[in-house]
Amino acid sequence: MTRPGFVLEVDDRTPPLLVHEGLGFRLEEFPQGTRVVYPPESLPTVPDVDEAIREALDNPVDSEPLRELMFPGMRLTIAFDDLSLPLPTMKAPDIRGRIIEQVLTIAAEKGVDDVEIIAALALHRRMTDAEMKHIVGERVFRSFAPQGLLYNHDAEDRSNLEHMGMTDKGEDVEINKRAATSDLLVYVNVNLVAMDGGHKSVGIGLASYKSIKHHHNAKTMVHSRSFMDHKHSEMHSSAWRMGRLIGEHVKVFQIETTLDNEVFGKPYDTLLKREWEWSLRDQATVLGLRRGLAVAPQKMRHKMFHDLRSNYGLTGVTAGAVEPVHELTVQRVHQQQRVKVEGQSDVMVMGVPYLGPYNVNSTMNPILAACMGLGYYFNSYLRQPVVREGGVAILYHPLDEGFNTLTHPSYVDFYEEVLADTTDPALIGPKFEEQFATDPWYVHLYRTSNAYHGVHPFYMWYWIAHALDHLGDVIWVGGNPKAAARMGFRSASSLRDALEMASSTVGPSPSITYLRNPPHLLADVR
Amino acid sequence: MLALEMYRSVAKTALGKVAGGRMPLLLTGAAAPLRMVTLDPPKVEHDGWARLKVSLSGICGSDLGMLSGKTSLYFQPLVSLPFVPGHEIVGELLDPCGDLDAGTRVVVDPVLTCAARGLEACEACARGETNRCSRITVGDISAGLQTGFCHDTGGGWSQQLSVHRSQLHAVPDGYSDEQALLVEPVACAVHTARRAAVEPGDRVLVSGAGAVGLLATLALRELTDAGEIVVVAKHAHQRELALEFGATEVVAPSETLRRIRRATSAFMLEPEMMASPYLLGGVDVALDAVGSKESLQTCLHATRAGGRVVLSGMPATADLSAAWFRELEVVGTYASSRGSGDFATALDLVGHDGMCRLAKTVAPYPLHRWREALDHAQSAGRLGTVKVAFDPRRTN
Repeated sequence: MTRPGFVLEVDDRTPPLLVHEGLGFRLEEFPQGTRVVYPPESLPTVPDVDEAIREALDNPVDSEPLRELMFPGMRLTIAFDDLSLPLPTMKAPDIRGRIIEQVLTIAAEKGVDDVEIIAALALHRRMTDAEMKHIVGERVFRSFAPQGLLYNHDAEDRSNLEHMGMTDKGEDVEINKRAATSDLLVYVNVNLVAMDGGHKSVGIGLASYKSIKHHHNAKTMVHSRSFMDHKHSEMHSSAWRMGRLIGEHVKVFQIETTLDNEVFGKPYDTLLKREWEWSLRDQATVLGLRRGLAVAPQKMRHKMFHDLRSNYGLTGVTAGAVEPVHELTVQRVHQQQRVKVEGQSDVMVMGVPYLGPYNVNSTMNPILAACMGLGYYFNSYLRQPVVREGGVAILYHPLDEGFNTLTHPSYVDFYEEVLADTTDPALIGPKFEEQFATDPWYVHLYRTSNAYHGVHPFYMWYWIAHALDHLGDVIWVGGNPKAAARMGFRSASSLRDALEMASSTVGPSPSITYLRNPPHLLADVR
Repeated sequence: MLALEMYRSVAKTALGKVAGGRMPLLLTGAAAPLRMVTLDPPKVEHDGWARLKVSLSGICGSDLGMLSGKTSLYFQPLVSLPFVPGHEIVGELLDPCGDLDAGTRVVVDPVLTCAARGLEACEACARGETNRCSRITVGDISAGLQTGFCHDTGGGWSQQLSVHRSQLHAVPDGYSDEQALLVEPVACAVHTARRAAVEPGDRVLVSGAGAVGLLATLALRELTDAGEIVVVAKHAHQRELALEFGATEVVAPSETLRRIRRATSAFMLEPEMMASPYLLGGVDVALDAVGSKESLQTCLHATRAGGRVVLSGMPATADLSAAWFRELEVVGTYASSRGSGDFATALDLVGHDGMCRLAKTVAPYPLHRWREALDHAQSAGRLGTVKVAFDPRRTN
């Protein structure tokens, strides 16, 4: 029997609580009365993954079985979520590879030989061969990649984009030409959080900047409340309009999967347990890890964490028409991650770990750290934010200025040039976005190297627009003061200092809620 | 009279070259081939020469380079040791000089041309290109490319020197001595702006925001139709002054190439093995106002193919691959040219509001505190100063 999410109030018996901060963590003593929100434990997983996939493909929702959608001579395109999901990377075999193998088996049985497989990475960086191989599996990679039939989507390849029209709100719908002109587009998804999947998969994953810019902007983000609730998210509304238009031109067969909460495998699995339940062995493990991390060089800590692979279990797989499939997916994600929280608090505390969707096998620079904390964790709510309007967010992360110029070249310029000018998401868009988006060097690096698109740091900043709009102050514990100041925030050396600084905004005795992430939780704030 | 004298010392020059990079104070202390002496005032017994009582004399980057042994041996035959340095000079005539009466306040164009040497004008001087004079080692006075590097004339780091009428420009009433002191460096900046041959709308990079870079920025903005002028500055006060003098944008040295790349939509390449990154594309004109290897390399690497790199001040050695491969025009700019009226233009420009404010920040030292003065000049950027000078009238 799994346990649901749990809300604890800190009292004099509560041990120090674990808080993630980049490539490490600390044990923090929270003030008495602090509300701590723990994520639920993992749901039961599917006993036979391959059988579950087979069942989903044969008995899809609101669609003929996949087998019946295939015919000899057809153009079949399979698209899949890129390495931004799941976090951390799943242990091999990746669920996407297992699904793609079955889709290809059916295609072969039906005599389909025009098949291409595309990583739906939107404006993310191209995956390396090794990363691609990890997701699709050795056999699929070897069969398709050498012939150029397995590749990264290129949102800047004008000759391979198809403008499919405009939505009734004037939004351009432009996606990968191969996908747009296929007889069948099979999308293979991993839903780590409720924001993923649905029409977002094809409508964004295979789109161009021309299309994506309609919803990835400050105004839309401020009105997406929350990202985890697609019925109250402006961004999702736009993606849904686009997805429906795409559906008028190409048959989309959506396959969505949901995972449990097993984000840390051994020897880090202790980090998933609740502190007061730590055995002596767990305590020794945590202390040993802390000691080791304290003396380990940055490179070694980076390797330790980024080499970590998760033991995710599959909690469900659904296939068929996009919208009904996604409804079932969202239900399962909510079931896994939802925690009831009574009322808002004055202060919200979040630890920002080493990894986010945009620094897989790379470094988490200050902009990505801000996006992870104020974009993802802040928005992990239903109904209303955990912190009240005008409240304070306290985040933990060192905010090292270590920008990776291979993966994030435009981030350095964004940080030094744009944020030095203004940190207001509403102002930076009109003033700088187009220049970065069309910069030929960034376009070149996105297309030929492993760089995020030039416009990507803007999206990270828009992602936090809702939090900036809502919060009265943002304080980073242990954060580099220079980086915090550059982003318009403040830094403190300890929680005590941060609360002292926050007192000018929320008074001397604020109510505090600590969201103990990861694994993911979704605060259902009543 | 009291004077600072630069003398020949192979040991000190070698010490400065070897250890000066790591121990800058050596260059203005033990390793400086400079001493304070009592000399007879210099007097050149030829037509057109007069005595000048020094009011202020600036410390220039080329003076510091000479003292620290960083200057190329190329210049060795162009000076006559021992000499009194100081070529940025404002003073008062002790004798009538041509049409100028005794007591006239003047600034000195330090270049010692054919006219000052009692020679028929060489081809360059005849064209008014006095800074290109071919006779700077012969004639009535000993070798010396400028006052401040010539044994016979003396220099500004003393109480008195000899000047020729061809070098003098009367200071208009209303200008302070500090403003007048800046006329010579501004004249050089005016000449630099002309040599840069900036076309309307050109993007310009000025690498360095010391006196040379700031004054060049002002001259470029006032005398050309340059578009963006990006200035590389290390210190906060330099950033403010650069913007006041007409910079469109001020960047830190570490950001320069990336900012130019962004502004010009250039491509950036990074060679392996510790070589510097460079742009394909870039600014139309780059001006090295530092004279270091890094600064010159930045200029060469940030200029578009067919663009122009201007060497303002004594250049360092650098990899010239970009100049060859990108067909860059590398243009030198030395002192100022009398035929172009650079001094007259400079006299106008020092009336600029920003220049008036800059003049108020000139840091004067008496001659006997020369080590302190040179230390200050060596660290001027860090200490928030643009120009350090000697005031021989002072006693403390």
